[in-house]
Amino acid sequence: MKFGVVTFPGSNCDMDMVHALREDSGFEVVQLWHKDHDLQGVDTVVLPGGFSYGDYLRSGAIARFSPIMTSVIEHANKGGRVFGVCNGFQILCEAGLLPGALLHNASRKFIARDQYIAPVSRTAPLTADLDPTVARRIPIAHGEGNYFIDADGMKALEDGDQILFRYTDESAQANAWSNPNGSLGNIAGVANAGMNVFGMMPHPERAANDDLGNSDGLAILLGLAAEVTA
Amino acid sequence: MSAATQPATLDQAIEMGLRPEEFEAIIGHLGRTPNFTEMCIYSVMWSEHCSYKNSIKWLKTLPKDGPHMLVKAGEENAGIVDIGDGLGCAFKIESHNHPSALEPYQGAATGVGGINRDIFTMGARPIAQLNSLRFGALEEARTKWLLEGVVKGIGDYGNSFGIPVVGGEVFFDESYHQNPLVNAMSVGILKTDRIISATAAGVGNPVYIVGSATGKDGIQGASFASKDMTAESAEDLPAVQVGDPFQEKLLLEATLELAGTEAVVGMQDMGAAGITCSTSEMSAAGEVGMDIHLDRVPLRQDDMEPFEILLSESQERMLVVVKKGHESEVEAIFDKWDLHAVAIGEVTEGPNLRYFVNGDLVAEVEAHNLVLGGGAPVYEREYEEPAWFKEVQQFDAATVSVPTLEEAAAYAESLIELPNIASKQWVTDQYDSTVGTAHRGANRPSDAGVVNVRGTNKALALTVDCNARYVDADPFTGTAIAVAEAARNISCTGAVPSAITNCLNFGNPYNKEVYWQFVHAIKGMSAACERFQTPVTGGNVSFYNQSTLEDGSTKSVFPTPTIGMVGVMEDRSKHMSLDFKEKGELIFLVGEITDCINSSEYLASLRGVKRSPAPHFDLEAEAKLQAAVRAVIDAETVRAVHDVADGGLFVTLLEMGMPRGLGFDIVTDSDIRLDGFLFGEGQGRVAVSCTEDQQDAFLDLVEAHGVPVVLLGHVTKGKMQVDGHLFGYVEEFRNTFDNVLAEEMEA
Repeated sequence: MKFGVVTFPGSNCDMDMVHALREDSGFEVVQLWHKDHDLQGVDTVVLPGGFSYGDYLRSGAIARFSPIMTSVIEHANKGGRVFGVCNGFQILCEAGLLPGALLHNASRKFIARDQYIAPVSRTAPLTADLDPTVARRIPIAHGEGNYFIDADGMKALEDGDQILFRYTDESAQANAWSNPNGSLGNIAGVANAGMNVFGMMPHPERAANDDLGNSDGLAILLGLAAEVTA
Repeated sequence: MSAATQPATLDQAIEMGLRPEEFEAIIGHLGRTPNFTEMCIYSVMWSEHCSYKNSIKWLKTLPKDGPHMLVKAGEENAGIVDIGDGLGCAFKIESHNHPSALEPYQGAATGVGGINRDIFTMGARPIAQLNSLRFGALEEARTKWLLEGVVKGIGDYGNSFGIPVVGGEVFFDESYHQNPLVNAMSVGILKTDRIISATAAGVGNPVYIVGSATGKDGIQGASFASKDMTAESAEDLPAVQVGDPFQEKLLLEATLELAGTEAVVGMQDMGAAGITCSTSEMSAAGEVGMDIHLDRVPLRQDDMEPFEILLSESQERMLVVVKKGHESEVEAIFDKWDLHAVAIGEVTEGPNLRYFVNGDLVAEVEAHNLVLGGGAPVYEREYEEPAWFKEVQQFDAATVSVPTLEEAAAYAESLIELPNIASKQWVTDQYDSTVGTAHRGANRPSDAGVVNVRGTNKALALTVDCNARYVDADPFTGTAIAVAEAARNISCTGAVPSAITNCLNFGNPYNKEVYWQFVHAIKGMSAACERFQTPVTGGNVSFYNQSTLEDGSTKSVFPTPTIGMVGVMEDRSKHMSLDFKEKGELIFLVGEITDCINSSEYLASLRGVKRSPAPHFDLEAEAKLQAAVRAVIDAETVRAVHDVADGGLFVTLLEMGMPRGLGFDIVTDSDIRLDGFLFGEGQGRVAVSCTEDQQDAFLDLVEAHGVPVVLLGHVTKGKMQVDGHLFGYVEEFRNTFDNVLAEEMEA
């Protein structure tokens, strides 16, 4: 399984992702540049966190028009895997590869802290092997992570088992107190209907290493290589 | 003759902040009256901010040499400490007080941008940021406006730039009401064979401006920073710069890519006084001159005068001297990152800097005459001990009644509600602290920020410290304590203190009492830095921090010499955290217990004694204590280590318990006054926890270092008990402690 991590101008979690996938997860990783079209034959494209193009206009709104995104969209439409974290998730929503949108946090403040999340989807390869009753402590760091989708969209997400993670408390319960940013249904991450495009606001790559004292995110990264179970 | 080249007048010089004798000196240098543009150049270069004219005499007395110094103070944009394995650590702290007082969001944001540029212009990749913030009383609307804006400014800039905030402090006192302090520190790592110098060399080498285009923002910011803060200061708003972290991130990546080539001769970031300062400092350092063509500078607007281009403090720009023949290599790198890289001139034999517009000479000045260490003025200011100083030293703690256990329990509850003691989580939750995946403190709270050095087993321990109340009480001792506390915080993680950077925030230097504070602060810093072998690598001085009161009189801020310290942890697997690990651990206090309640938060805020002497401090005992602490950590004989600081021992133990919801059961000493024992801020004490199995080895090591140690008690499941009296439960205290600031700010 070969991974490609895209660097946009303003990406600032690209190297964190490269380290976590290569050193902590043991995958083959190449770096991809936003001005290129060539995906270098990777199986999974990863869009990392950061502030692509300064997040001017709206988070992720400009990045979706970059040359590499043409190839990423093609890759996804052919069933290739794409994973976006934080700004990467925002770009995937802007590009229409994932449903919904990420609004300003309800508090109107940037929020950076550890947050418990619990896996939901039983069919998405990213979460199928994770125990839904066990909350994982994963750092969040975003100003626009408030997930929104209309009622029809929400129904489709639920019917398609596309909700990857919800924000929860320590005992994996999703409630108002465990919702850091106002996301509808405490949604922290979603998949597309084809189950090959995944996005989440929390940063599993920041929790993939015992040396740093938290490896709750490692299993999520390893899930990127899992076979489709459905 | 255009306005730019009209002869300047004395009135103009004074209006630009120069003194009549300085105007005369300039005429002496040039052998003629300067023209308007030259006058502008001199006025910013000889401003306090750029020239350090009122502080340099004393700054030169600070210790600069240490066992690990690679680049010493004054040699480059920041000092560099050798951390082994061919790596160096570049670090520096800087103030952005005056801009933040007017426009807190942009003021703080550009402070973060500026200090990071100082680090990466040397070829270092920033890996951590810290900040030290001071505001007036929290309940004031102005304070809330400033705090909200400053924190958002630091967060928005730093989060986007993508470097974690790993430490800092926030302190409230009414002396900062009009004039907050915003001190930002950046720490970077570089390869020691890849240091980029801020020196120009090689006649004929092209000079490039890279990064953002130049606009009218921040013109004469350096002069503005060198004036008293007054009620009219808001009229200086155009002197505040505007930041763009996205451009800064691109500039960082392009600069570090450039550092990997052989194309660069020297580079300096454009901060205060923009093109003027960078061209003159780089030329003076290399003993060369430059011809600069201002019409070639990429501009944001087309109606800019030569002096505006020269003085603009537009952010995210650098001046680069490129090796002739390597121009296309440099241009390709900046093109890749979508940044300007434009040749605006070349290095000449010198000694003069010549600035041209469309081929016409508009200013010609000798670089050497403009800069610190060259022709810039150096003043010896008079100083005088304030009348109140001796009076304060007469304070007798016996006039403050000793509380009973019941009263002490009530004081404990009140103490943790004070904004200076309570959690600063409302602030820190707005700063990304985990980006970069190297900040160890995110999961292991400890006395200093601890950051991995990639590719090694090492980590850096980083802290900023200054209890300005102590410095106000006694500038010499208070500043020595600031250094000692920084070193103690580093030692409590297991790292060895290496060097410091300082940010000296004071009032008006022409006020003799303010200058007395400054001189004694420098002396106290020297004494402590000598003892801990932590040389001063650089920093900055910010004078004129004061508030104008309603009756027209002025009040200076607490003298605030903020210390930023770096320590090296050779084996990060021994990184020590501050939290109790489990119930039943033994709790010891290492260091001398004293009766002292002087200058404590308890005495100032709960007992109404605003001014008292600095707390008990013994430099020798402190150094021995820190050596003992490092030894017990290295020998793995302790499980948690936390120094006793603001709020005293009670707050220390509470902070050790809160991360895991654990409490403590301790006994006090009947020979020591109860409030001194629990809330006193006598220096040189560290609380530790260890298991019964570790106890003997731990005690042997501490005693071998000749440091006093006493068993306080043990860790409980959550109950906090002192001498058998219930003080409360950790969960309840934590609820209060964590929410004080948020409740005040969101009210």
